[in-house]
Amino acid sequence: MSDMTLRQWLLTDAPTSRRHARLASLYKGWLSLRSNTMAMFGLGILVALLLMAFLAPILAPHDPYAQDLANRLLPLGTEGHVLGTDSLGRDILSRLIHGSRITLYIVTLVALIAPLAGLLVGTIAGYTGGWADVVLMRITDIFLAFPRLVLALAFVAALGAGIENAVLAISLTAWPPYARIARAETLTIRSSDYISAVRLQGANPIRIITKHIWPLCISSLIVRVTLDMAGIILAAAGLGFLGLGAQPPSPEWGAMISEGRRFILDHWWVATMPGLAIFTVSLAFNLLGDGLRDVLDPKDGGQ
Amino acid sequence: MALTEDKGERHPRAPLAPWLRGTLVTLGSISVTMLGLLLVTFVIGRVMPIDPVLAIVGERASQSTYDAVYEQLGLDKPIIVQFLYYLGDVVRGDFGMSLLNARPVSEDIARVFPATLELATLGTLIGVFLGVPLGVIAAVRRGSWIDQIARVVALVGYSMPIFWLGLMGLLIFYGILGWVGGPGRLDIFYQDIVPSRTGMILLDSAIAGEWGVFRNAFSHIVLPASLLGYYSLAYISRMTRSFMLEQMSAEYVTTARVKGMSERAVIWGHAFKNIRVQLITVIALSYANLLEGSVLTEIIFSWPGIGSYITTALLSADMNAVLGGTVVIGLIFICLNIFSDLLYKVFDPRSK
Amino acid sequence: MNAMNRLLSGAVLGLAVALTAPMSAAWAETPPNMLVIANRIDDITTLDPAESFEFAGSDVSRNVYMKLVNFDPANLDAGYQPEIAESWTVSDDGKTITFTIREGLTFHSGNPVTAADVEFSLRRAVILNKTPAFILTQFGFTAENVEETIVADGNTVTITTDKPYATSFVLNCLTSTIGGIVDMKTVMENEVDGDMGNTWLKTNSAGSGAYKLVSWKPNESVTLEANPDFYLGAPNMERVIVRHVQESASQRLLLERGDIDVARNLNPEDIAGAAEAEGVKIYDELRGRLMYLAFSQKHPELSKPEVRQAMKYLVDYQGMQDSFLSGQYTIHQNFLPRTFLGAVDENPFTYDVEKAKELLAAAGVPEGLEIEAGVREAQERIEIAQTYQNALAQVGIKLNITVGTAKQILARYRARELDVYIGAWGPDYPDPHTNAGTFAYNPDNSDEAQATGLLAWRNSWDTGGLTEKTAAAVVENDRDKRVEMYAEIQSQFRETSPFAIMFQKIEQAAMRENVENLNLGGATTAVSYWPVTK
Repeated sequence: MSDMTLRQWLLTDAPTSRRHARLASLYKGWLSLRSNTMAMFGLGILVALLLMAFLAPILAPHDPYAQDLANRLLPLGTEGHVLGTDSLGRDILSRLIHGSRITLYIVTLVALIAPLAGLLVGTIAGYTGGWADVVLMRITDIFLAFPRLVLALAFVAALGAGIENAVLAISLTAWPPYARIARAETLTIRSSDYISAVRLQGANPIRIITKHIWPLCISSLIVRVTLDMAGIILAAAGLGFLGLGAQPPSPEWGAMISEGRRFILDHWWVATMPGLAIFTVSLAFNLLGDGLRDVLDPKDGGQ
Repeated sequence: MALTEDKGERHPRAPLAPWLRGTLVTLGSISVTMLGLLLVTFVIGRVMPIDPVLAIVGERASQSTYDAVYEQLGLDKPIIVQFLYYLGDVVRGDFGMSLLNARPVSEDIARVFPATLELATLGTLIGVFLGVPLGVIAAVRRGSWIDQIARVVALVGYSMPIFWLGLMGLLIFYGILGWVGGPGRLDIFYQDIVPSRTGMILLDSAIAGEWGVFRNAFSHIVLPASLLGYYSLAYISRMTRSFMLEQMSAEYVTTARVKGMSERAVIWGHAFKNIRVQLITVIALSYANLLEGSVLTEIIFSWPGIGSYITTALLSADMNAVLGGTVVIGLIFICLNIFSDLLYKVFDPRSK
Repeated sequence: MNAMNRLLSGAVLGLAVALTAPMSAAWAETPPNMLVIANRIDDITTLDPAESFEFAGSDVSRNVYMKLVNFDPANLDAGYQPEIAESWTVSDDGKTITFTIREGLTFHSGNPVTAADVEFSLRRAVILNKTPAFILTQFGFTAENVEETIVADGNTVTITTDKPYATSFVLNCLTSTIGGIVDMKTVMENEVDGDMGNTWLKTNSAGSGAYKLVSWKPNESVTLEANPDFYLGAPNMERVIVRHVQESASQRLLLERGDIDVARNLNPEDIAGAAEAEGVKIYDELRGRLMYLAFSQKHPELSKPEVRQAMKYLVDYQGMQDSFLSGQYTIHQNFLPRTFLGAVDENPFTYDVEKAKELLAAAGVPEGLEIEAGVREAQERIEIAQTYQNALAQVGIKLNITVGTAKQILARYRARELDVYIGAWGPDYPDPHTNAGTFAYNPDNSDEAQATGLLAWRNSWDTGGLTEKTAAAVVENDRDKRVEMYAEIQSQFRETSPFAIMFQKIEQAAMRENVENLNLGGATTAVSYWPVTK
């Protein structure tokens, strides 16, 4: 198939198979996303971030852990250290580049764990109804009513500081909204004729939930996840800032701000550079999420 | 966000009046949620590897001092018994004593919560008065430059690490320009002038007619409140925009336009009127989030609020303080939810 | 990326302009009769002298409570001086000290200070048995025997110890916070459930010192008011307000703008910056706190003598002192802080990777050894940890750093779970035994002993004979001989102990130029506000 015919095949009004239809709608979504400059800008930044993380050892001019106490707190634009050096004389640029791996790692894990947990709880509650629904939703309420940072802090304090525990803690605070979304979607889907038909064919509940309900919940979850990414990054940085995230000498961006804030008055770049990095990435996620929302469910009010 | 949406349940024997039943169900769900909240916090407190006894007696204490405090805290009893004791106290309104500063937790909360309330209220006001019009205009002029600017303003707000913005704001507006007051709620020589009635200094000084204190308090609160206000603005304006978009594409708007109604009347008289309830829910949610206490803002601005209170307590194993603070915040959260649910029921024509 | 670039350069430009702009706004000023201090006071948990044990608490206590003997802020080196006790005599067997109480002193309440108050205060501290009680109970006082061992008679008070301790040791201990004399009448009026007024005194004061407590708001402020009847004359500063300000940057901004008079927690970079600000001066004082590394002797590798030595050669003492610790810590490798009785000044260890490698090779340490270090959430300690981690990496040892809150790390340290601990130790009372008795004293090294207060025990170190020498030094009444004994103990300790003592603290207080005579307390005591003028 040439490019032209592929495009036509994707843009057809009469899909020939279920796969064809799905691909076609994805492509249409992509086209409409592509026309959104800001979303593409966000996507561009994220692709750059991915590349940066992937090529970190090649891109970084220095070893991110190499200390040099004699050359600490060098200003921006110093030869060999474009973004200066930190309190222990480590190259800030190299640390930022390597830190992108940690950021991606945290974001990816949370973005997998929290929505999945929420999806599971929400669909089970929504589909089964009755007391299971009451119990599950009550638990969701309890976690929602919890002050989020307290919950995360308590969790990290209980299990010990570290990236993995920070990821779990953030997931723990992030899942309840997904559960609510998934439950709401399930409630509307459950009573649809299509599900009744499947049920009449004798499909068991597990199959109905995983094969028929989950796929329909995914799109609203994806939008929500993308919009939450920035929050996740900021939460991780906040934990790092409080010393409960990544452990030294790891170049986690939040921890870098925390280290640099002591010099904020005279050596402002030490905290500002990781601050800008966090800002850029969360902005990128927000731009993309905003665009995705327009594409995937244009009427969505976020509720 | 509704807490009382379990309408799927069937109660075959329900001779109670519907309103009474509704109230009972609501009260029941509040107490279950609160109980769960308490239990989770309590368990976290007990499994944390921070030793509350050590937190009290410190590094140098002898073993006999340690043991005495251990017993005094009731830690030698089974955890269930400890929880029941605690529960009994809470029901009687007694949150116990803070392990670390030897005061009743309720007294501490009465001191720190108004500080957060003041900050969150001002922040929310800023968010509402700027965010709502911004959201409406962005929706009406969808795709225009003003929409784009509103989008960028909001997304930048979502994306900025607050601790960085806070420090920079402090440096520039206080340290260099001297336009606003520094960290803390008041300058030293304005302290203890106004008697504390509400704990909110702006309100207290206005009641007492001490306008010097009022001005000083305002100069201190304006920067942190603007920061929080910016976040709240970001959220509220985005939400307003999407609610409005939904309304603007509705049939009745087209009809009204066709009928020759002025654009202003269509927007404010019809569309905006219809999103009021949704909007209040969003504002309530954003308010609740600020009331949780923005820990980082509070730390940076030396603001003695509930967020930093709970955090400090948590990190030093002062579990009574953590439990007390969590209960208060949980209660507020739940109340705000119920409040917006009620609004839905009262105003939303569809639910009648 | 264009927009981002513009945003970035805009931000940088804006900042650059902002940072170089002249400080045009008018200076604020604190009232002339008021001293306003920014300090971290979140460690205060109680202000009862029988219970208070933290830095910020002893700052309050020193100005509120008088003691039998005390330090003169104008001449700390002179050692303890008479205060409530006008004079004292020691019995021939060296076990009994009789204090004569000064006439004409009054408490803030107006009640006279009597021998009965002294008796009550000391007995109370022993009976309550709170954290700092060990400072008194180490002399053999117990709740059961105080009726015989601490006795008032007329205007004298007699205390009888179980052994003939060095008199200087006993009196030095009485200068610490727990020696504060409280107003018996006022305290007992506020007794609840037989707590000897403990609950009330946590948040109130009943002393006779230069200041009385107006209020303590946890994590917010402590306010003191001058006592016009103070026996040395009414203090100049009628009010002293200590405000809790966590961030160094915030403290510096407040100071530079004149909203406070003194900032006590500026980091080296902010000190350097503040020193250049108009109207600000920096004042240095050597304090008693030591920064040290400790190595668990339960660890099969760390317990080898060569490894203990090697570890001490892997600390970049000079590098750290000259960089991120600049001006705030000075190299000191002995457990007695400088200015203490018996302190020595020998610092033989330097950063020497080659030597460490040789020692490790001789000990047969396997390649790729991994050990865990616990450090609490305090930036300078984390940086020390990272510097050390970097040095260990050069000899093929991987140091995993676990950062936690003070209490988390401490709990594991006390449970003997950490391989390496990076921490600080401050003397409890101004006598050499306070540090000797914890670094070099461990009579029972078994797990069951639970001597969690002893640093030697926490690191499972049996001290190799130093325990006996320490016990002997504390009952030696000849001052010169005592000094000699501590010199010997420290010399052996330096070479054999699993402790690498690195630095002694220098407190740098930044203050407005008009603040005079603020003494922070040196290595031996706490801050005194009464001599301060503005």
